[in-house]
Amino acid sequence: MELIKNVPCPFCGTLCDDIICKVENNEIVGTMNACRIGHSKFMHHKDATLYKKPMIRKANGELVEVEIDEAIEKAVEILVNAKRPILYGWSSVSCEADEVGVELAEELKALIDNTATVCHGPSLLAVHDTGYPVCTLGEVKNRADVIIYWACNPMHAHPRHMSRHYFSRGYFRERGRPDRTLIVVDPRESDTAKLADIHLQVEPGKDYELLDAIRAAMKGHKILYENVAGVPRDLIYQAVELLKSAQFGNLFFGMGITQTSAKNRNIDAGICAIEELNEYGGKFTLIPMRGHYNVNGFNHVCTWTTGYPFCVDFATGYPRYNPGETGTNDLLQNKEADAMFVIGADPGAHFPQRALQRMVEIPVIAIEPHRTPTTELADIIIPPAQIGISSEGTAYRMDGVCFTMKKIIDSDLLSDKEILKRMLERVKEIHASESKMESVKEVTSPAK
Amino acid sequence: MEYIIKNGMVYDPLNNIDGEKMDICIRDGKIVESVGESAEVVDASGKIVMAGGVEPHTHIAGPKVNVGRMMRPEDSEKDVEAKSGDRRSGSGFSVPSTFMTGYRYTEMGYTTAMEAAMPPLIARHVHEELVDTPILDKGAYPLLGNNWFVMEYLKNGEVEECAAYIAWLMRATKGYAIKVVNPCGTEAWGWGGNVHGINDPAPKFGITGAEMIKGLVEANEMIGLPHSVHLHCNDLGHPGNYETTLASFDIAKNIKASPKYGERDISLYGTHVQFHSYGGTSWRDFESEAPAIADYLNKNDHIAIDVGQITLDETTTMTADGPMEFDLYTLTGFKWANCDVELETGSGVVPFIYSSKNPVHSTQWAIGMELFLLTKDPGKIMMTTDHPNAGPFTRYPRIIAWLMSSKYRNDLIENELHAWAQKRSSIATIDREYSLYDIAQVTRATAARVLGLSETKGHLGVGADADVAIYSFNPETQDASSDYMTIEAVFRMADHVFKDGEIVVKNGELVKPRIDGRTYWVNCHFNEELEKNVISDVKKKFKQYYTVNFENYEIGDGYMRRSAPIEIK
Ligand code: SF4
Ligand SMILES: [Zn+2]
Repeated sequence: MELIKNVPCPFCGTLCDDIICKVENNEIVGTMNACRIGHSKFMHHKDATLYKKPMIRKANGELVEVEIDEAIEKAVEILVNAKRPILYGWSSVSCEADEVGVELAEELKALIDNTATVCHGPSLLAVHDTGYPVCTLGEVKNRADVIIYWACNPMHAHPRHMSRHYFSRGYFRERGRPDRTLIVVDPRESDTAKLADIHLQVEPGKDYELLDAIRAAMKGHKILYENVAGVPRDLIYQAVELLKSAQFGNLFFGMGITQTSAKNRNIDAGICAIEELNEYGGKFTLIPMRGHYNVNGFNHVCTWTTGYPFCVDFATGYPRYNPGETGTNDLLQNKEADAMFVIGADPGAHFPQRALQRMVEIPVIAIEPHRTPTTELADIIIPPAQIGISSEGTAYRMDGVCFTMKKIIDSDLLSDKEILKRMLERVKEIHASESKMESVKEVTSPAK
Repeated sequence: MEYIIKNGMVYDPLNNIDGEKMDICIRDGKIVESVGESAEVVDASGKIVMAGGVEPHTHIAGPKVNVGRMMRPEDSEKDVEAKSGDRRSGSGFSVPSTFMTGYRYTEMGYTTAMEAAMPPLIARHVHEELVDTPILDKGAYPLLGNNWFVMEYLKNGEVEECAAYIAWLMRATKGYAIKVVNPCGTEAWGWGGNVHGINDPAPKFGITGAEMIKGLVEANEMIGLPHSVHLHCNDLGHPGNYETTLASFDIAKNIKASPKYGERDISLYGTHVQFHSYGGTSWRDFESEAPAIADYLNKNDHIAIDVGQITLDETTTMTADGPMEFDLYTLTGFKWANCDVELETGSGVVPFIYSSKNPVHSTQWAIGMELFLLTKDPGKIMMTTDHPNAGPFTRYPRIIAWLMSSKYRNDLIENELHAWAQKRSSIATIDREYSLYDIAQVTRATAARVLGLSETKGHLGVGADADVAIYSFNPETQDASSDYMTIEAVFRMADHVFKDGEIVVKNGELVKPRIDGRTYWVNCHFNEELEKNVISDVKKKFKQYYTVNFENYEIGDGYMRRSAPIEIK
């Protein structure tokens, strides 16, 4: 048995990089340091189906195995012939694959978008409005005396997050947890909330009201009501006092606030609160609790190549950005989209009904290792070698720190990047021959 | 492939060539003595020939640059490019996307550009973007002025240990030079504070900016790096800060430059000094102290500076000077991004609008111009906008035109700028005009020399890389002083650009957008025994204080398309 050390975990945005994989006969037989969900990612779920070969759905609905060349050819044909293709997902693949993806979108005049569209998209919109005062996770570990988890439950969704950054000792917080105060904002009595020194049990969907009250109290205004958003006034005062006297505070926030009614307005208010807290002599920052291990990486790649983090539409030849018009769900729900390419995401499980209806009507190509609700809808399935397990590549943690994901075991499958590269080359070939035909036509057509 | 560039007027200060009509021969990517009969002829008669431009200080890649793009779709929308043939699409006026950045520098005849601020922990990100920045040769400066290891070594007087650590870090991050930003101030910002001047110690660490600068300059020369310490002084943007600037410069005065590669003769580089040449005590009595700074430069040879010229645009400021950006945010009330990086550094990003109607901005413009025009030797000064802080690099052609034409400047001063430009600075009294030779110095030669790259960059002598720019301006028949609009136009879009001996711009059109440039980094071999000890100590602290394992910190060669290590032994 071989032990491979310092492996970054390709599951959640915490991107723990201290996993040890036990490898025997080109198979991961065990892990150390990983949490339950990280472990099962390395081991693949026992009950999950892993695809071994590409498949194409026949007219009768049956999936038949095909060679990779055929699958790629067919996928390219669909995309080249589509008028309004969407390339969606990108959050569980490498940045190197994301880069090829952006070029493929550009070449196809397609729309490219990632899972932020259904999770932290509102946070990105709030960044446009108010900014992005963040820090890396080590700053929290070394300096933070106040930590807030708002609308997220790391004990379940990011299981090692708290042990690495809250319980752990840091340079200026030598005792770890006893040196810190924990505030949790969550309507539920979650496992994270149970650990809190102060639990603000906000009514569901009332985050904005609570933030507003906090900001008002920070500025010295009186709160006129006994309860705001279900939280007693005195508890709000208590929390505000704590925040204002913090030496270093950080706000972690999750999808519970990005996806409830006020969406980006919630985050606007949250960011403003953090910005204002820096005016009381202490330091305050925030970090969004990103879900997929490389959802942040796509946003970065898409931004440095196009200028925008997601929802980028190449229909006009240059990158255009207008979330609400150029988002995956917008194009699906208004039935504009006529083909969809999915990679590193499972919209079949997460999209609203109206979008799924459109996905059923149009050809769907899935680059996906497992059987998922999306592959159930797919016409072509191409399983890739999984990044961080059987192929290498770069990923960006929730705080922007990036890692080289390791190749632990060999696979005969192509990596996401290789599949995309081959598709891109084919698309370019087809476009080149088309434009040649065009020019021949121009020359031979009689003068008008 | 062989080329001969015929009959151009050549400006090549490193070889003392000032507008001589001569031919430049190119073979296999290099400038050579002569070429064969079959060499392709590029006719440059009636045109200017210079080496490819060398950018010593810009922000084009990495986390804060990208947050600048991400935060500002309104800036991206202002300038967009569609895909065309092999040329990728892109967007961004003040912070262009990576491909556009490569294209636009190249179109101006620039072939080398240095990213001036790389957080070591996030070096991968910087290099990922540099790989996507085509054509240009590049490098990146790791930020060390608020690094905990450095602060501890220097506090204990362990300069050699510090040097060993830096030697390792340069290899680990594929870095090129030591960058120091607001030494100790960014660490103070970890607690929401700042330091003031060079003698105010960092909280908890107890070391001062002055001690950091001195120790790092010593370590730099101990290792023998090609470039000097690259310093962004304390107190950026504060009225009265010129005293801090002069005191900082003086620290390196008696430390001798000892590069083990290249021809650098300075021991300290001061960056975007326009932002550090302010007099007065508040914005009310704010005034230029550029003459004092220029006077210091005229009297001392251990220092060179870049200017950070204000271009009077709406732009995006971004720097590792975290507390400064927060102040700017409270001043403007615009949006604010920040990213503090564990054990190392911080950064901030804030949009900013420089207006010619604003008294302070007008004076800032004048201060930059004064630095250019009062510093006698263009071998000590370089043209930058600290892109995008004082304005986007795409405004270089305009700065060139301002420098070459006092009429252009005076029109601006008389008709557009706020009266403070004249009242609070001496700009209106200066009629010096730069020659093309001076321009070649401040845009290429000086930077190549102080970066330690002048063996192959910044000149057109035999053996240099065949990076050449041709501009359609005839100095025999045209007068830059009166025809400044033509100057601006020709430096915006070169007639021809060669990169490594290949034509990338032809007749004013970028024809080869897919070429990869080199990534320069220093492969330091300092004191291997000492380095071992130092690194085992560093490893222990890694486990305790970083959130990244030591083994995952070093970045591999895979993050460079054309790795160009400079061996320092
Ligand atoms: S917390 Fe996330 S990254 Fe860490 S081991 Fe668990 S799933 Fe993997
Ligand atoms: Zn700078």
